[in-house]
Amino acid sequence: MSSRIASVAFNTFREAVRDRVLYNLIAFALLLSGAAILVGQVSIDIERLVVVNLGLTAVSLFGVVIAIFIGIGLVSKEIEKRTLYTVLSRPVRRWEFVVGKFFGLTGTLVVNTFFMAIGVFLALLYVAHKFEKMDAWVLVALYFIVLQFLMVCALALFFSSFSTPLMSAVFTFALFVIGSLSEDLRGFARIAQGLGGWIATSIAYLVPNFSALNVINQVAHGDAVPGRLILYNSIYALLYSAMAISGAVLIFQRRNLK
Amino acid sequence: MAAIEILGLEKNYLVGFWRKRTKQALRPLHLTIEEGEVFGFLGPNGAGKTTTLKLLMGLVLPTAGTARILGMEVDDPRVKAQIGFLPEQPYFYDYLTAQELLEYYGQLSGVPAKERAARVEKMLARVGLQDAARVQLRKFSKGMLQRVGLAQAILHDPKLVFLDEPMSGLDPMGRREVRDLIQQLRQEGKTVFFSTHILSDAEALCDRVAVINHGELRGVGAVAELTSRMHGKVEVIFYGQSVPAALASLGAEARVSGDMVNAVLPEEQQEAALEVLRREHLKLISLTPVRSSLEDFYIQKLQPAESKGASA
Ligand SMILES: Nc1ncnc2c1ncn2[C@@H]1O[C@H](COP(=O)(O)OP(=O)(O)O)[C@@H](O)[C@H]1O
Ligand SMILES: [Mg+2]
Repeated sequence: MSSRIASVAFNTFREAVRDRVLYNLIAFALLLSGAAILVGQVSIDIERLVVVNLGLTAVSLFGVVIAIFIGIGLVSKEIEKRTLYTVLSRPVRRWEFVVGKFFGLTGTLVVNTFFMAIGVFLALLYVAHKFEKMDAWVLVALYFIVLQFLMVCALALFFSSFSTPLMSAVFTFALFVIGSLSEDLRGFARIAQGLGGWIATSIAYLVPNFSALNVINQVAHGDAVPGRLILYNSIYALLYSAMAISGAVLIFQRRNLK
Repeated sequence: MAAIEILGLEKNYLVGFWRKRTKQALRPLHLTIEEGEVFGFLGPNGAGKTTTLKLLMGLVLPTAGTARILGMEVDDPRVKAQIGFLPEQPYFYDYLTAQELLEYYGQLSGVPAKERAARVEKMLARVGLQDAARVQLRKFSKGMLQRVGLAQAILHDPKLVFLDEPMSGLDPMGRREVRDLIQQLRQEGKTVFFSTHILSDAEALCDRVAVINHGELRGVGAVAELTSRMHGKVEVIFYGQSVPAALASLGAEARVSGDMVNAVLPEEQQEAALEVLRREHLKLISLTPVRSSLEDFYIQKLQPAESKGASA
C-alpha cells in the first residue's frame, strides 16, 4: 500500500474517532448487557442462542448503519466542503484518494467490531460461565460480518460517486436488505414460472449475496461453518467490493470538482 | 523553459436543470508564464480566474485545450510535487489542528518524515500561527484559515505557487503580510501565479499581468509597459467655450464640456499651458497629474467586452 493511501486512510480513521463514531459502542454495550442480564434470569437452555443471535445481529446492524452513513459522505463531503482541492493538488492520484478513504472507513469498522466482539464474548461468558469449542464459530460469523461491511462501504462509495447522499443511502440500504433476502429470492426464482421467475432470477443474482454472509443463526445453534464457505465468501466479498470501488473510481476520475 | 504554458484551455459548464445549456466559463486561453515571474491574473468576479486555476490544478477537466507546467502534463504527479495551491476561501479538515493538517499535507506531498516536524513548525511561524499550532481549525477565523492556506501552499518548498485571491478576506495588516510573503517568494526564485480583482495588489507585486473578463483574455503585459502610455501627462481644466489654438499646438488633447475645457498634455508643456491661459485670461479650475495606474488600462480593457455582450 502506498504511503499516500495509508495517510488518507489514517486521516479518515482519525476523523471518525474525533466525530465520536466509536460512541456507538456505549449504546451497544448497554443493549447487550441489558439483554444478557435479562435472559440470564428467565431461561435455562437458550441463553447462549439468544445472546449470540442478538449480539451478532446488533454488531451487524450497528456496523451497517455506520458504513452507510459515513460511506456516502466519504468522497462527496470532501467535494462539497472543498477540502479535496488541497489534497488533489498534491501528488495524490484520485484512485489513491478513493481507496484510502475506503480503507479508512473499513479500518474504523474493524476496530469498532473488535470491541463489540469482546462485548459479545463477555456476555457469552456471563450467561454460560465458560467458553466452549463451538464458540470459535462465532469468530467466523464476525469475520463474515466484517466482509459485509466491506461490501456495504464499497456500495455506499459507489452510489455516492454519482448521486446525492440521501439517494445513495437509500440505494445502499435497499441493496443490503434485498441482498440479505437473496437466498429466499433464489428459492422463489426456482419455483416461479414465466416472467416473474425470470425477473426473480436476475435480481437474485445481481444483488450482492449478503445472505450467504449471514451465518448468525447457524453459529448460535453451535453448528460448524464449512471451510469452503469461508473461502468462497472471502473471494466473493473481496471481488464484489473491488468492483464497486473500481466503478466509483472510474466515475470519480471524470468528475469536475465543484 | 516556460513555467506555465496554457495552450487553448477552454471550459464550458453544462447548466440548467437538464444540463442542456452551456456556460462558457473560459474561452480558449493562450498564455505563457516564465520561470521566476510574479504573474497577476486580473479580472472582476465571474471572469473565469478560479476556473483557470482549477483547470491548471487538474480539479476540473477542460472542454478543450491543454496546459503544461514545467514542461509536463498538469495531472503528472511529478508536477504536483513541484506546485503549491491556495484555493479561494480555503477550507480545511476542521477536526485537525493546524499542525496536524500541515503534517498530513507534508506526508501527501512526500516531505521526508525526518524533516516534516521542523518544516511544519517553520511554516506556521512564517505565517504567524506559531501560537495556534495546536488549536483545532474549527476554531479558526477566516483570516487564520487564509494563513493556514498559505502555509500549506509553500510547505513542501514548491517551485511554483498558485494563489487564488490570496488577499481577500484579510485585514490591512494581513494583506500587507501576504504581499511581503509574495515578495519573499520572488526573491527565493519561485514562480508565483495569483489571481485578484484588486488592482493595487497586482500593481505593487507583479512583473506581468493578464486581464480577463467574461472568460476572455483582454490583455497581457508588463505592468510598467501597460501603464507607460499614460505616464507623464497632466490634465488642465479651465473655464472657456473653446480650445485656444495655442494650447492645441502644445500637443493637448482637449474637449469642451459646457463652459469648461478639459485638456490633457505632456508634463513638459505644463508651464507653457499655464502661460497660454494667463495670456488669454482664462480661469484655471484645476491642474492634476493624470493618474497613471493599472486601473485605466484595466477599465479600458474591460469595456469592449461589455459592449460585445455577455457569454451565452
Ligand atoms: N461548477 C460550475 N458550474 C457552472 N458554472 C460555473 C461553475 N463554476 C464556475 N461557473 C461560472 O463560470 C464563470 C467563471 O467563474 P469563476 O472562474 O469562478 O470566476 P472568478 O474566479 O474570476 O470570479 C462564472 O460565470 C461562474 O458562474
Ligand atoms: Mg474566483
